Amino acid sequence: MEFIDLIRRPWPWYVAGPLIGLTVPTLLLIGNKSFGISSSLRHICAACLPANIPFFHYNWKKEIWNLFFVTGVLLGGFLATRFLENPDAFQLSAATIADLKALGIHDFSGLMPADLFDTANLFTLKGLVFFVFGGFLVGFGTRWAGGCTSGHAIMGLSNLQWPSLVATCCFMVGGFAMTHLILPQLMKLF
Amino acid sequence: MQNVVSSDTLVCDAPNDMKKTESWTANLKYLVVGMLFGIVFVKAEIISWFRIQEMFRLQSFHMYGVIGSAVVVGLVSVWLIRRFNIKTLAGETVEFHPKTFNKGQIFGGLLFGLGWAITGACPGPLFAQIGSGYVAVIITLLSAVAGTWVYGYLREKLPH
Repeated sequence: MEFIDLIRRPWPWYVAGPLIGLTVPTLLLIGNKSFGISSSLRHICAACLPANIPFFHYNWKKEIWNLFFVTGVLLGGFLATRFLENPDAFQLSAATIADLKALGIHDFSGLMPADLFDTANLFTLKGLVFFVFGGFLVGFGTRWAGGCTSGHAIMGLSNLQWPSLVATCCFMVGGFAMTHLILPQLMKLF
Repeated sequence: MQNVVSSDTLVCDAPNDMKKTESWTANLKYLVVGMLFGIVFVKAEIISWFRIQEMFRLQSFHMYGVIGSAVVVGLVSVWLIRRFNIKTLAGETVEFHPKTFNKGQIFGGLLFGLGWAITGACPGPLFAQIGSGYVAVIITLLSAVAGTWVYGYLREKLPH
């Protein structure tokens, strides 16, 4: 039973990172597929509401593998949480806890802060910011950039594409700006 | 505001280059790969909003280690596939796609970065968060789909 105990604990970066990196050759070799997750959002648009928009008129059925892939990610999330749950308390760096407490976050028990991501917040200003506004930026930004962390940072850099390096740097700059400049202001609203 | 949309930019960013068509059951292998990927996301706590905050506050090496080692493994794999001309299971040559630079990688990249720090998730973890039982994230995902749609709608007016 020792192995199961081991994999139930949080996996270190040197296990998780290489496994994520292996997704690149796995997808290429089992089906000539380039790794990229944000494209699934475009396929959903193309399949459900293409309207008269040329960007959504393509043969999305050929790309259906991507929707299978993200459905798998969802199921994997379920399996890992249901059957491989970490028996110990969530560990977060003390400095991050201190910083976030100063911003008004008090619950550090789960992977996601209940102060922000609770379903009870759905129809509040918090919900509008953290779910609706945040999600919109993720969808709009990744498509404008032509990819997300998987398509640019992992697949693009693996293939030595300098535009992907530009995109990855911009992802990080945006994230730093939100964390250090905008989030403190946003949190004052609540 | 010209932005002539060339036809090659309309192709998918993570395309399927397999020549043969695949059956529904053949697609199940991508579901399995996705599932393993989702398990890694949860077990390495990449889906955690807190871990993303740690990363952007430079208070933990974890996320940098994950992304950095993933890129190294990806780089070596791509190099090996090219160097030894390794074929796919169906015997095809592996296709790679050069990315052409456009300003979207800057503007869109910055906007996605802002969203990444708010939601604590890039598109992959959004799916894993929902699977993990954070059902409210379904709204985030729907909003991301809406964001993608609005991008498609405004595409010709945006700088690229």
